[in-house]
Amino acid sequence: MKTSRLVHVVLLVWALLVTLPLLWAVVSSLKTDAEIFDSPWSLPATPRFDNWARAWAEASIGRYLLNTVVVVGGALFLTMLFGALVAYCLARYPFPGNRIVYYSLVAGMLFPVFLALVPLFFVVDQLGMLGTYHGLILVYTAYALPFTVFFLHSFFRTLPTAVAEAAFLDGCSHAAVFFRIMLPMARPGLVSVGIFNFLGLWNQYLLPLVLNPDPDRYVLAQGLAFLAVSQGYRSDWSGLFAGLVIAILPVLVAYILFQRQIRDGLTAGAVK
Amino acid sequence: MRHGRYRFLAGAMLPPLLLYAVFVVSPYAQAFYLAFTDFNGVSSDVRIVGLDNFTRLWSDPLFLSALRHNGLMLVVVPLVTIALALFFAASTRGGRLLRAYRVLYFFPQLLSVAIIAVLWQFVYTPNSGLLNGFLDGIGLSTLERSWLAEPRFALWCVMAAMIWSAVGFYVVLFAAAIESIPADITEAALIDGAGPVTLFWRITLPLVWDSVQVAFVYLGIIALDGFALVQIMTVGPGGPDNSTEVMGLSLYRNAFTYGKYGYASAMGVALFFLTLTLTVLMLRATRRERVELA
Repeated sequence: MKTSRLVHVVLLVWALLVTLPLLWAVVSSLKTDAEIFDSPWSLPATPRFDNWARAWAEASIGRYLLNTVVVVGGALFLTMLFGALVAYCLARYPFPGNRIVYYSLVAGMLFPVFLALVPLFFVVDQLGMLGTYHGLILVYTAYALPFTVFFLHSFFRTLPTAVAEAAFLDGCSHAAVFFRIMLPMARPGLVSVGIFNFLGLWNQYLLPLVLNPDPDRYVLAQGLAFLAVSQGYRSDWSGLFAGLVIAILPVLVAYILFQRQIRDGLTAGAVK
Repeated sequence: MRHGRYRFLAGAMLPPLLLYAVFVVSPYAQAFYLAFTDFNGVSSDVRIVGLDNFTRLWSDPLFLSALRHNGLMLVVVPLVTIALALFFAASTRGGRLLRAYRVLYFFPQLLSVAIIAVLWQFVYTPNSGLLNGFLDGIGLSTLERSWLAEPRFALWCVMAAMIWSAVGFYVVLFAAAIESIPADITEAALIDGAGPVTLFWRITLPLVWDSVQVAFVYLGIIALDGFALVQIMTVGPGGPDNSTEVMGLSLYRNAFTYGKYGYASAMGVALFFLTLTLTVLMLRATRRERVELA
């Protein structure tokens, strides 16, 4: 089927709409403040990489990035471990209460996080975990569990049982069967849900905003929004653009490297 | 063997379930209780006030305008996003170049909503922003505005950013659905003389309706939120003249600025029931005969 010229034009226009703001941010991050105010279209006379250095060090983008890596890394590991364990047990071991546990986990996906926000703040506060890495990691994990269990539960059900049975006959313990046989077999499912969780956790804004009030512990999304909103940095436009670009870059690099897996991972979650 | 089995189950499931109970189940349960109290952060003098918080919601002009704004977003955002995404998905079948568009369109989906908000705030900036710079460049400088500062435009600007970031995901989702339509159905329609428009309405759309349904629900949930975009992009709390106030922002401000935790929880409960109703309604309204693909 031939695609008409008009359709091509529309596709191109949307492609420009997607790329132009991003390209513009990159170009602006290399300009001086005066050049930014002069015209949004001009190219920098000389690329000012010192904007990036300033955003990294003075505006703490580097620190925010490190905080994000620690929190997201910890939460992702814990989510995958816990999610896989629970999903496996619920999918493969019939025991009294199995269905109740499964449905109460899956029901967690129906509730908007806004509903839990106020009590959650006080729960985390009473545990003395406000503004700590481990507090955020545990909360992120708890809220990522329902989808992870839901996704992996159906995945573990489709895996053949024969290999696990053979391993039991050979004297493998339950834990060994899980870690050495079932987990490697579930790899494709783990990768999909891992990508889904990674992006979800990396992009968290509401939970850190409420539970992470210490500016030294800000995660990237939170820190960047703080810089953009707070008046003190208002004058440093080029620095802000640089911070924005630094925040976008890791995601862009990941997308270029793994674009197929990322798109499949994210859409697999939606059609379930 | 039996002994080992229960020890394994307990060891594997108790820590995650404990975590879930403490940080997810208990806050949700408490929220329903707090919504009926005047809790203000001091747990020693909590009074049960019955439905007071909910009756106050109905006479709170700010919450009602938030409700209206979310309602408008609920109509505009899913419809525009799905229309664009269906069009792009259907027109990027075929060559490698056309498929490359999908890869490109998808990218904004990966960005944090905070990053999208900051980026678009820059785009809309009056003096040095991309939008006014563009209008200036093509000789339409009379249309230049300080977009986010004018009550008439601010909410639409927020919605544009929301749609911009969402379209790509649904392009990929719909494209996958369209590609699973057997080629012989499409070919038969073409032989019968169906043009691209007929083909889309009579063949493609009915066969990808399941995905469209899912999209309506997801986009509806996004449209009932909008918190981060509004909080970061528009001036002050709730934008110029509160023209971009959304329910999430009302809740957040009542809780963490004014300390009216009970009242904020009532908003949370209202939001929950709205989300639930919406999901059920969307699924019902969009229900069609299921088409079996042989």
